[in-house]
Amino acid sequence: MDDQSFDRRNFLKGAVVGGAAAAAGTVAVAPTAEAQAQQPAAAAAAPASPAYSFLNIEEAAFVEALVDHMIPADDLTPKGTDIGLNIYIDRALAGGWGKGERLYMQGPWKRGTPNQGYQLPLTPAALYRSGIKATNAHCLKTYGKSFDALNEQQREEVLVDLSTAKITFSDGLPVRTFWATVYQTVMEGMFSDPIYGGNRDKTGWKLIGFPGVIAVHRDNVEKYRGKKYTADALGIADLS
Amino acid sequence: MATKLKEVDVVVVGLGWTGGILSKELTEAGLKVVALERGSLPSPGKDFAVPYIRDELRYVLRHELMQNAARDTLTIRNNPSQEALPMRRLGSFLPGEGVGGSGTHWSGHTWRWTDMEFKVRSMYEERYGKSFIPADMTIQDWGITYDELEPYYDKFEYTAAVSGKAGNIKGQIQPGGNPFEAPRARDYALPALTPILSGVMFAEAAKNNGYHPFPRPSANASRAYTNPDGSKYGACQYCGYCQRFGCEANAKGSPLVSVIPIAMRNPNFELRTNSWVTKVLKDSDGKRVTGVTYTNVLNGEEFEQPAGIVLLCAYAINNVHLMLLSDIGAPYDPVAQTGVVGKNYCYQNGVGATLFFEDKSFNPFISAGGSNVTIDDFNINWAFDRGPHGFVGGYNVAGGFNSALPIGYRPVPRGTPQWGKSWKAATAKWYQTAMTINASGSVAANRYNCFDLDPTYRNAFGQPLMRMTFDYKENEQKMGRHAAALVNTIAKSMNPTRLNEASSRDSWTVVPYQSTHNTGGTIMGTNPRDSVLNKYLQSWDCHNLFVVGANVFPHNASYNPTGPVGALAYWTADAIKNVYRKNPGPLVHA
Repeated sequence: MDDQSFDRRNFLKGAVVGGAAAAAGTVAVAPTAEAQAQQPAAAAAAPASPAYSFLNIEEAAFVEALVDHMIPADDLTPKGTDIGLNIYIDRALAGGWGKGERLYMQGPWKRGTPNQGYQLPLTPAALYRSGIKATNAHCLKTYGKSFDALNEQQREEVLVDLSTAKITFSDGLPVRTFWATVYQTVMEGMFSDPIYGGNRDKTGWKLIGFPGVIAVHRDNVEKYRGKKYTADALGIADLS
Repeated sequence: MATKLKEVDVVVVGLGWTGGILSKELTEAGLKVVALERGSLPSPGKDFAVPYIRDELRYVLRHELMQNAARDTLTIRNNPSQEALPMRRLGSFLPGEGVGGSGTHWSGHTWRWTDMEFKVRSMYEERYGKSFIPADMTIQDWGITYDELEPYYDKFEYTAAVSGKAGNIKGQIQPGGNPFEAPRARDYALPALTPILSGVMFAEAAKNNGYHPFPRPSANASRAYTNPDGSKYGACQYCGYCQRFGCEANAKGSPLVSVIPIAMRNPNFELRTNSWVTKVLKDSDGKRVTGVTYTNVLNGEEFEQPAGIVLLCAYAINNVHLMLLSDIGAPYDPVAQTGVVGKNYCYQNGVGATLFFEDKSFNPFISAGGSNVTIDDFNINWAFDRGPHGFVGGYNVAGGFNSALPIGYRPVPRGTPQWGKSWKAATAKWYQTAMTINASGSVAANRYNCFDLDPTYRNAFGQPLMRMTFDYKENEQKMGRHAAALVNTIAKSMNPTRLNEASSRDSWTVVPYQSTHNTGGTIMGTNPRDSVLNKYLQSWDCHNLFVVGANVFPHNASYNPTGPVGALAYWTADAIKNVYRKNPGPLVHA
């Protein structure tokens, strides 16, 4: 029975003290929030030379250029590489998701209809790798340079063409599927918890006023109804 | 070679809400029950603890609590002329895995489906004539009535800590509740949740348009609560992380907090996790089932578990799959229109508008799983004349938030660039200042929407995947257009700064997420010619087999399914305890 055993004591403890546990959460949140507020706002600068576990030199240059173009520095946020979007993408591709965990990977492989969703015989990491190669091939052909060497206007043109599927990759890789994956990972990097390498200093959350992992809002429903709730954003690491 | 184990009274396949309810009830009645669950057993105190549970990437995007498509999935297509292809990753719907099942990660919306569903064909025929129902619309009466189910709805609502406001107690209309609901014996277990601004604004607009708003009934405990079984719930913290997550406050109606721990304390009960049931076994003449075979997914070892009664309590889709794999009942053929197993698969229809108000702050991350205000004027209101609009069924409309986590929810007015400085500025401007109005619509059964076994693709156990054939038909398209027009009318009456108007969904696609409300496939009914189960969810073919879940619904309503799923589980438990056990045999004679 060991493999099916069930920690009844802890289970019941959890069940009985649910309300109390949640209330205790309030106590835990408050001092951390204060501590957080006392820290300098832009504590984390980008490491001088990011280390990658999936991206090769060409791919890293592509991803860095991509995230800096999509999330440029302005008075709202630092640029993409300064908030770790390249790091997020590298780790996502190196990890279980990138390697196709939870993806049904048996053939036969057919193109299917758009309603049938993802049908490629590629893990997300392999899709990214092929897509970067194909995009750079398009850039070389069109501009004589790889994506990372293009100027801002040319980069914009490439992204517009990718996102509207004006580009056709000569190797048969579907551009829409590549773009959807690229876009999804950039947004994940911007708005997922900072423990995954992106959203550094909770920049994405601060941009929109999302408070992160705040444990309890029971008293805030009425208190902040119609009023903007403003607390410092907290991530998982702040409460661990 | 499978190791044959000692026979038990009852084997339960899948331990979520229905398996949990039946395990508790039947062990208390003295039956020996073994539950086989393909996933593992989460411990809410450890697995759902803050801060780790507050992780949108892990739980929403990476599906931590969901079934693993790499091991088993469906093939999908829109119509029988297409080649079905595997749903290679989850998208449109997200069945849960592990003890607690989808009862762990649901939002808690708990409705009472009424005779407008249970008597759907007879009511429409009586009012509009037989020709109002298209020839390919295979809706049929369920064989059960609201009055029969009322005490079981009540039992489920009180077990699951449902918060709400009654609209009709014993025929007396109650101010503030849903005036169209069927009569209930008493109010909800708990008062309604505290309203949020988007709900308040929607309620006012709905009223101004002549409709009847009410707080959505939801299994989110509005205050600490001990249910009639003694299970303790904490109060909902409006944390905004409800749908897709386990609840760290134990405030969500969940079988992991209620019926399952009670069953587990009973010496008549045994749980085997990581046990994947591959087949239900029949005796030589096919009149009874004899047990199930399963694989221990930790080491690949196979077992046969003989049982006097087999209860299929897995997710709706998996119950149908097991019936087809086990060759119990005649498989449905949509072209010849023969057979019954796989018939009447239904989904749900939906439209939504986003309203942007420059001068408001909605704090969309402050919400319970059921922080919606709803109107049923176009749903279970039989006075709403469908005649001029030409559709069967209805839709409910709701304003508010269930979830506004930022990877998935970043509203911007249509036409906003997708990246760059202006994208960033718009995202920053509108996250706090937008709200949504959504309509959820019923889906009438259609002869071509169904399940069967796929001829090509296989799961990790070498078994054929189940094939899902589904699309919205003209009925749903008409309803979708009606719903979109209504949502847009209400939205415009609120004078938003900007509005992303609702538009109807005309075809079903497997991406993005829509709803985990898949119904039908092993439907209940009045006779074995057009249904798989009788009104007690007992197989017409094998009287000691019961199949419990939304797979028994002959069509899908606009409402979330868990209310009748829970009620029917208690209803079936009573039929087994009080009748079947004393006199095993068909509970309804065909």
